Amino acid sequence: MDQSTRKSRPIYDTTSRPLIPRHVKLRFDTTRDRWVILAPERVLVPDDIAVEVLQLCDGQRRIQDVVDLLAAKYTADPDLILTDCLALLQDLANKGYLLAASEPQP
Amino acid sequence: MTDQSPPIADFQLITRTGDEAGQKTTYGIPLAVLAELTHRCPLQCPYCSNPLEMEVASAELTTAEWCRVMDELAEIGVLQIHFSGGEPAVRKDLVQLVRHATRVGLYSNLITSAVMLTKARLQELADAGLCHVQISVQGSESRVADRVGGFKNGHVKKLQVAAWTREVGLPLTINAVMHRQNLHQLPEIIDMAVALDADRLEVANVQYYGWALKNREALIPTFAQVETTNQIVAEAQDRLAGVLDIDYVVPDYYAQRPKQCMGGWGRQFFNISPSGKVLPCHAAESITGMEFDSVRGNKSIRWIWDNSEAFNKYRGTGWMPEPCQSCEFKEIDFGGCRCQAFALTGSADNTDPACAKSDLHAQIFARATTESAEAQDRFIYRNFAGGAVEAEEL
Repeated sequence: MDQSTRKSRPIYDTTSRPLIPRHVKLRFDTTRDRWVILAPERVLVPDDIAVEVLQLCDGQRRIQDVVDLLAAKYTADPDLILTDCLALLQDLANKGYLLAASEPQP
Repeated sequence: MTDQSPPIADFQLITRTGDEAGQKTTYGIPLAVLAELTHRCPLQCPYCSNPLEMEVASAELTTAEWCRVMDELAEIGVLQIHFSGGEPAVRKDLVQLVRHATRVGLYSNLITSAVMLTKARLQELADAGLCHVQISVQGSESRVADRVGGFKNGHVKKLQVAAWTREVGLPLTINAVMHRQNLHQLPEIIDMAVALDADRLEVANVQYYGWALKNREALIPTFAQVETTNQIVAEAQDRLAGVLDIDYVVPDYYAQRPKQCMGGWGRQFFNISPSGKVLPCHAAESITGMEFDSVRGNKSIRWIWDNSEAFNKYRGTGWMPEPCQSCEFKEIDFGGCRCQAFALTGSADNTDPACAKSDLHAQIFARATTESAEAQDRFIYRNFAGGAVEAEEL
């Protein structure tokens, strides 16, 4: 089978525009009083920072934009945030829970 | 994101807001429910997870009843609903039910044999907010697959529906139910899942209760097959990382440790039968002498989950006999499967013999070895009349 014609999970860099696909839901669960990520056969529990990062992933913003926003908000080291952000987002993309928008979404 | 815990963790058991640790509520809120909409199905798989005594169409919950049930599920904090059966697409109101699930905020999954679906209906389901489709396969090609399912041209139809599923933009899991008579096709099944652009593949060895127990002689794999399968799965998981997630369920007669059935009895999941019975798992009715409440009764689902005798009987670790009680894994596997303990020992109170610590483990291991070597391959097909023996080949 030709693997090259297969879908491939995105490899993110600072210019990627991550997007949550329709079959993955980031939702506030009022019963348990916390954010959850609903995916096929999985319920995941993101921490507060992961929630904030994912809320900014709208298919419009580049990862660099997300990092800049967080660095300004928390007056933190952008390089450190970038490293953490990329690791987090790439891990989710590898599991199929995040896409990359090729163009900014309308 | 610099502390020890991962930024995104798998779900852990969580008690309700306001509940204090150590109080009555030690089992949290159910995460997901398996909604068996019907026991009707065009296929006749000899390992069907439905009970031997199936519920007839006239007993099924109505559309309005299922909608009320979903309102209640969402209200108590259930997050996901798996529409299953039988074949859920037999229900004419399937799209309506999915739409209602979406409306109340339940993440919906369709577990289907696929043979009754059209592209138009898949599009309607997607438009109604369906989140995920899981299609079962019985083999890698028609000869084996259609014989196992007892349904002519089923395999070809499944491939078509799987392609349509991806075309309408829905994520796809292929559920491959494996046993002695199709394990040799596993490499081709893995290739097929990749070719179908599936996101996930479940390599699910048959679990032996209900119809599968009745057909155990014809289904149980040899130990050599299990060893080969372990290698094939490990190699494929490695090779296809990032392309296809592969979940693997081992045949537990040959395992050392029992499976954590349903994430533990009454801990995270439950099942609603076509007529509305609320069950700790889909096979729970195979344990005789237990009473199960119905959504048609005058108790709420929350009350049944919290207080019913059936849910509390094997909840937690207090009920456990030795060797479970002093076992270091007791909060990991919760003593294994109650239905299997009942089927193999006559009492659901016992340790699951799938565990190597059970006195009976050596015996069931030996039985599996003997039965698989006898090569009695004829199936008893699932039907509403108690089963139909496969015709002999001419």
